[in-house]
Amino acid sequence: MPDSPIVELDGLGVSLGGRAVLRDLRASLAGRCIGLLGPNGAGKTTLLHTLLGFFRPDAGTARVFGKDIRTEAAAIRAQMGYMPETDSFIAGMSGVRFVRLMAELSGLPPAAALERAHEALFYVGLGEARYRPVDSYSLGMKQLVKLAQALAHGPRLLFLDEPTNGLDPPARRRMLDLIRGIRDGGEARVILSSHLLRDVEECCEEVLVLKNGRVAVYANLEAERRANRRLLELDVRAADGVPAAPAFAELAAALGCECAPGARQRLKLVLPDGVEARDMFRLAAGAGLQIRRLDYKRDSLEDIFLKAMEGDAANGRL
Amino acid sequence: MAVFERTYHRYDGPLTTRRRRFLVVPRYALAEVMRSRAFVMFYLLCFLLPFAGLIMIYLRHNLSALKLLNVPLDRLREALPIDGRFFAQGLAVQGFLAFLLAVVVAPALISPDLRNNGLALYLSRPFSRAEYVSGKLSVLALLISTITWIPGILLFLLQGYLEGAGWFVGQLRVLAALFAGSWALIVSLSLLALAVSAWVKWKPVARIVLLILFFVLNGFGRVMELALGTWWSELLSMRMVIETVWAGLFGLAPPSGMPAAAAWTALVAGSLLCLGLLLRRVRAYEVVR
Repeated sequence: MPDSPIVELDGLGVSLGGRAVLRDLRASLAGRCIGLLGPNGAGKTTLLHTLLGFFRPDAGTARVFGKDIRTEAAAIRAQMGYMPETDSFIAGMSGVRFVRLMAELSGLPPAAALERAHEALFYVGLGEARYRPVDSYSLGMKQLVKLAQALAHGPRLLFLDEPTNGLDPPARRRMLDLIRGIRDGGEARVILSSHLLRDVEECCEEVLVLKNGRVAVYANLEAERRANRRLLELDVRAADGVPAAPAFAELAAALGCECAPGARQRLKLVLPDGVEARDMFRLAAGAGLQIRRLDYKRDSLEDIFLKAMEGDAANGRL
Repeated sequence: MAVFERTYHRYDGPLTTRRRRFLVVPRYALAEVMRSRAFVMFYLLCFLLPFAGLIMIYLRHNLSALKLLNVPLDRLREALPIDGRFFAQGLAVQGFLAFLLAVVVAPALISPDLRNNGLALYLSRPFSRAEYVSGKLSVLALLISTITWIPGILLFLLQGYLEGAGWFVGQLRVLAALFAGSWALIVSLSLLALAVSAWVKWKPVARIVLLILFFVLNGFGRVMELALGTWWSELLSMRMVIETVWAGLFGLAPPSGMPAAAAWTALVAGSLLCLGLLLRRVRAYEVVR
């Protein structure tokens, strides 16, 4: 059953400093964890900031959990947690005091805010450092305390802006584990903005690719992965080892497969319904050919991203 | 999100009201300010003059104590009458201390938030820019109130109680002047101090800029007045402007040729300018043009 949309973009346009940064964005984001991808300057952070009410749209609108960002910004922010990209903290405060302040500002009573602040800091792995001043934290710890303050008030939706920026590999792994943990727990939806494809691929079910302030691609990665199981790449040879992709393509086409030549004289083909990979082996054996290599050709997020960057923005799905 | 479970859970307990949420910023800011022992010492020193005024009023109405001190009552009464001038002079001294207090406190309230991108964290919550600014302003308003109009009015009430209803009714204008004059100072000074802190972003530099704005512009206005023989240049001097406003409120002779209306206009225009500058800076993110 499809999830109800978290964010609906309805012709959203935003101009900053006289320049159109977001243009006519249209999409309905519904996954548990949605990746926001794009090259630098594509408008990822501006989109998050607009949804948070920091910038006023000059065209169209957006809805978060059905609430309009133009008229119900405070109600939307009450359900959100935001982890900014830049270093953001209140100087001179210990980690637990900082997170408690943020939880109280979100409406938690002081005692509950203190309890949640301790829990959030333990959750992100800063339990031992929670009484140290935030100013003295390392870059990785500052990223974690930003995540803790975004979580402490228990939001329904988390905006994470480049959460793995500046982290070393173990810290990055830890951050991604936390994001996956939140996603799998199902208590909060996550929108993850990143320019690191691997981070998005590891955590997200859906991806919105922005290019020059427009939606270049909105893809459901799970659906893409399922569809990709029908796409094969074969290395077909005759008995003497000579490549025989064209001959095999004719046979496969007779079974209803769509064929195309691949790199290194291989053959790419899409299996129709009712035809399985083992049928290809039967077909090759019947024609005296050998399948020396069979790959499920997976259209990776990188492929999706590169296609989006090559083509014109289309405001549509792949 | 129990510690032992180490999983994320939403909060489903009670939430505070918006009005109570507004008090979070002043509460935390005040606690941060009071962490400095040097500031607490300075703050306590600000109560010396009101305390001296309290002793003076007490002695004026306690003949036996004055006799013990061998002070002739009539000479003392003539030398230090408790009237509008007494309270205006007290307010002038306390006003200067309020300025020093604002120089110390205001940059600590707002500069670190802007310097460390803290505003994005405040404003990504159900919390507005107006609430942020008024929350920070309220800290200055509270601290300055406790050393200006609150002790002033308490002394006035004590004097009125000891002197009698006739004096109290006759000096009611002083009571109003104390309250209005203090709030004119509180609003203009707080907005100026916060606006400078928001634009400078660095506490020590913000403090220096505030001192320069006060002392240098005061001196410049004075010199220009002497050189050109006009009061216009004194509009640059915050001290002269506020003292002219106070003189008008207390019904005393103005300290210079500046009309009270011009001083009020300068004060209101300056405050609005500072508010505009402050709101321009207090944003989650700046847009680079």
